[in-house]
Amino acid sequence: MIPAAFDYHRPDTIDAAVGLLAEHGEEARVVAGGHSLIPMMKLRMAYLSHLVDLRDVQEMQGITVDGDTVTLGAMVTQHELITSDALASVAPILREASLQIADPQVRYMGTIGGNVANGDPGNDIPGLMQALDAKFVLAGPEGRRTVDARGFYEAAYMTAREDEEILTHIRFRSVAGMGYAYEKQKRKIGDYATAAAAVLVAKDGDTISEARIAMTNLSDTPIFSEGAGAALVGTSGDGAAVAAAIAAMQADIDPAEDNRGPVEFKRHVAGVMLSRAINSALSRA
Amino acid sequence: MKDEVTSRDERVANLKGMGASRKRVEDARFTQGKGNYVDDVKLPGMLFGDFVRSPYAHARVNGINIEEAMKVPGVLAVLTAKDLEPLGLHWMPTLAGDKQMVLADGKVLFQGQEVAFVVATDRYACADGVEAVEVDYEDLPVIVDPFEAMQSDLVLREDLEAGADGAHGPRKHHNHIFLWEEGDEAATNQALESSEVVAEEMVYYHRTHPCPLETCGCVASMDKVNGKLTLWGTFQAPHVVRTVASLLSGIDEHNIRVISPDIGGGFGNKVGVYPGYVCSIVASIVTGKPVKWIEDRMDNLMATAFARDYWMKGKISATKDGKITGLHCHVTADHGAFDACADPTKFPAGFFHICTGSYDIPVAYVGVDGVYTNKAPGGVAYRCSFRVTEAAYFIERMIEVLAIELNMDAAELRRINFIKQEQFPYTSALGWEYDSGDYHTAWDKALEAVDYAGLRAEQAQRVEDFKAGKTRKLLGIGLTHFTEIVGAGPVKNCDILGMGMFDSCEIRIHPTGSAIARLGTISQGQGHATTFAQILASETGIPADKITIEEGDTDTAPYGLGTYGSRSTPVAGAATALAGRKIRAKAQMIAAYLLEVHDDDVEWDVDRFVVKGAPERFKTMAEIAFASYNQAIPGVEPGLEAVSYYDPPNMTYPFGAYVCVMEIDVDTGEHEVRQFYALDDCGTRINPMVIEGQVHGGLTEALAIAMGQEIAYDDMGNCKTGTLMDFFMPTAWETPHYTTDHTETPSPHHPIGAKGVGESPNVGGVPAFSNAVHDAFRAFGLRQSHMPHDHWRIWKTANQLGLHG
Amino acid sequence: MTKTHVSLTVNGEKKDVLVDPRELLIHTLREQMDITGPHIGCETSHCGACTVDLDGKSVKSCTMFTVQAEGADVTTIEGLGSPDGLHVLQEAFKENHGLQCGYCTPGMITRAHRLLQENPNPTEEEVRFGMAGNLCRCTGYQNIVKSVLAAASEMNSAKEAAE
Repeated sequence: MIPAAFDYHRPDTIDAAVGLLAEHGEEARVVAGGHSLIPMMKLRMAYLSHLVDLRDVQEMQGITVDGDTVTLGAMVTQHELITSDALASVAPILREASLQIADPQVRYMGTIGGNVANGDPGNDIPGLMQALDAKFVLAGPEGRRTVDARGFYEAAYMTAREDEEILTHIRFRSVAGMGYAYEKQKRKIGDYATAAAAVLVAKDGDTISEARIAMTNLSDTPIFSEGAGAALVGTSGDGAAVAAAIAAMQADIDPAEDNRGPVEFKRHVAGVMLSRAINSALSRA
Repeated sequence: MKDEVTSRDERVANLKGMGASRKRVEDARFTQGKGNYVDDVKLPGMLFGDFVRSPYAHARVNGINIEEAMKVPGVLAVLTAKDLEPLGLHWMPTLAGDKQMVLADGKVLFQGQEVAFVVATDRYACADGVEAVEVDYEDLPVIVDPFEAMQSDLVLREDLEAGADGAHGPRKHHNHIFLWEEGDEAATNQALESSEVVAEEMVYYHRTHPCPLETCGCVASMDKVNGKLTLWGTFQAPHVVRTVASLLSGIDEHNIRVISPDIGGGFGNKVGVYPGYVCSIVASIVTGKPVKWIEDRMDNLMATAFARDYWMKGKISATKDGKITGLHCHVTADHGAFDACADPTKFPAGFFHICTGSYDIPVAYVGVDGVYTNKAPGGVAYRCSFRVTEAAYFIERMIEVLAIELNMDAAELRRINFIKQEQFPYTSALGWEYDSGDYHTAWDKALEAVDYAGLRAEQAQRVEDFKAGKTRKLLGIGLTHFTEIVGAGPVKNCDILGMGMFDSCEIRIHPTGSAIARLGTISQGQGHATTFAQILASETGIPADKITIEEGDTDTAPYGLGTYGSRSTPVAGAATALAGRKIRAKAQMIAAYLLEVHDDDVEWDVDRFVVKGAPERFKTMAEIAFASYNQAIPGVEPGLEAVSYYDPPNMTYPFGAYVCVMEIDVDTGEHEVRQFYALDDCGTRINPMVIEGQVHGGLTEALAIAMGQEIAYDDMGNCKTGTLMDFFMPTAWETPHYTTDHTETPSPHHPIGAKGVGESPNVGGVPAFSNAVHDAFRAFGLRQSHMPHDHWRIWKTANQLGLHG
Repeated sequence: MTKTHVSLTVNGEKKDVLVDPRELLIHTLREQMDITGPHIGCETSHCGACTVDLDGKSVKSCTMFTVQAEGADVTTIEGLGSPDGLHVLQEAFKENHGLQCGYCTPGMITRAHRLLQENPNPTEEEVRFGMAGNLCRCTGYQNIVKSVLAAASEMNSAKEAAE
């Protein structure tokens, strides 16, 4: 498995990187951790003439918690998501989920930006970002713009990001105090989800006041299920409410058969994962 | 001398002979990254070769255009079938008596088939060259189902003459390869008809792959000056490869040197001869330079050496109180596009007729129909003796199904049907002579160790709790008592391409009392350098630490048939022991001479010959070795060397009792192995540490196979499991703990009583894991479901049984 | 294709190489530097046989281009231990039969080295989780886990003795 030849670029600013994309157009791709792109290049399923490596772009590094606002540079690795105590205090769901991504070596390299930007429906973080109601900052030749995570994904590998744009930062509000859970079924370590559910809940006394639910690898995009969240709000999260949330979620997803199993199985497991995630999140709320 | 103050126990310990958990001598090298695997071989001017492979499972090849590929910088040659045809090398014989295309000759028959071989200065240029070759394919209908193949008008193998016999007799259909039968079908049918209870089931053992961590590869180097071909490669049978290379290439065998360097796991994947070896040799002859070919993982999974793919239709009959009266089995065996199974020549279905297992079954019949499909060729013995894992899985499933039919406990059903200790040597209804066994002792020990009665009580309670809605997890207790047949084999009926399946050992004792021994086998992780030295230490009294073991170089090692089918210890181990005894016989004469007594007046004691009745008068093996080189001893040739070629009188029959306790989540299909107890009886135990390691590894491969590992195709013949994302190999996280145990029933016909162990845990493990899954659902009416038991298939079973409400 | 000059440190030694941008780090190590301890197993970053330590991270060198390693500090299995003595982990694998064919071993030990740097006193569960990026076909992991735990214990005792 040998990739085709390309030219390598290693800009150290966002502007320089954007400039390279503008210059080379469709021939260019950015690489962050490389653990999605490089295997595809080796299998000759991804072709490019210019590889723009973002590893030296300092502006895209780092985790910042400023009051209520959390900003993640796109080059923050999954390993950093796991080891950052600052992040764990404002969004512990990121640690829980990141530990379920790939394996240790891949987590040292794999970045949050790569995970959310490439549009692979198997990736875990996009759903989380939708649950967190994150905003993605995109830098392009025309300047910068912000897109909601919930509106970012269009189809498998198709997103609101233009070819010459780079996803540079991710912002979201602290969810400290909310109950959280990421439940993922997979065949083994290193696998994508058969089905996974991200849940954030807030309670007012015994009543659920807010619920955000997103599902992974059950459609060609992550699925933020407003209906599932709505089914929980105003309830205690009892069995009937969970069943209603599952039914609403199952109306939103559209899984495809693959080696992980047929459609009915995935729909069923999606329900089990969501049920587990809701219960786990409620126990932490 | 220091010896005189050393106790006998210390002298024994100092040998690190048989029975010692000697640390491995290989490990210092491997832990420092100083192994020497085939991809580490680097020669001046070495080129790299790689294949253009077919994206289609069945297509005509109307043309191959190499023009663009030849323009790629670094590409030196592109070989196609047309280039090989004048040499008669566009096809090659398989180990199973069929022939196989080396490069596509007019059509392709499976996805991933070799179409052209690109030779370039390095692997990067080579990959570019591969991509630039243009092939004009015309796709044809595809058959991936062996039952459909036997009905279809579509002729897969147009090269075979219609109506002509195959290597193993008449072919009943153009996609049929052979019918191989054993046993008495009429008598078996009669037993089935007249029995009180008959259980019938289709048992499928799915297609999988050995997938060693190192893929297959070679380096061929033709030295045109001296006419010698040197071939390094991942060969589990280097001597056979030399013979085949000579027969195919026409190069005299003495001018071919085959070297198996360190091998990164084999598990049967590296027994066969692959087109890559042939093309590398041809490319080296054509270019005059060394040529390296290394598969990538996708090539490996798609093209070299699948295993299993047996559809086994069984009928088993019994009295109403559970005494088995007969067994009938018909197998539809999917061999893929070419019959490239690696079995002894006369056994096209391997030793599948060991399928009466551990049970005293009075009459039985087996018929195996081999069938061509548009899938990769192979049919290798993946960590098992030839088709033995299929056989063990079949009988251990049929026993469970019979237990259901009889409404009987499956442990008890086994117990009342075991071959009894006093029946050994036991001749089975299908013709095997089991050498030794004590199944009842092993079984009782296993059941007691796991508190079988307690487990059944817990399981019954769990079923109640499940029905009451208190839990969504079921408990399965997977039982297996397997009997293996390994150590192929007696030359009278076992050969590979005409080479009898003996093995060999040559020993040289050096003047100062250390030694080197060379064998016809080759380790792929089994630790031969450690354990064969232990056999020799016990036999010759030379400490294992002073014995070098060498394998895998055909210029230096004696001819042997290699390492697979757990044959190294039963066959080469015996050769080693007997060579050691030849050394000792000569040493006895030398010792008697030195001690000035008759030969019969000295006796062997650990590491020396002692004058009978005078323990203070002795000569150590070290002293004897020195004397053999520096004294003229009347009637005795100088030096101390021996060679032994061992033709085993029979196979060996290791056995074991396994219990797997598994928790199953009916809603997700997830499982957790809570307990796994493995009792192995491999006869005499040479190195308990190594044995335990083999058991751990074999069980983990069994776990993988039973719970998720498969080579799957879609209807178009596309392989869906070409990378390690989809081809299931468990990590440390998914792998459970194992408890190992043993009994020790030596083989009566083996010089040291050893039977072989490497494959037992795979053979016994697969039914243990699978039976646990089935057993969990027994209370809800499950009789049979197909492996692998991955999450969705378990879920589907639960769903079909109505367990999802 | 113009070759790119890359400087990096490998096993404490400064190295300068010329590579095509597409050259994978595993190939540079194995082909240009004759550092053949790291092996190629799966090529899609699942098996970990190619694991090296790069700037304090365990990295699968089959999934990184050498040009990306400019300025990096790389340690391979060859950089642990010395001809005169095995590293504690190497010794532990040998003592506990933590290897068979040896093909996964360099990657295993290199990964275990980083794991113990980050977590000097891991539980068995943490070892299994932390080693899950490395596949072994021979050992069933039982003795690999045992080896890593034994090495941790040995390193901790040595540390205590030194204090």
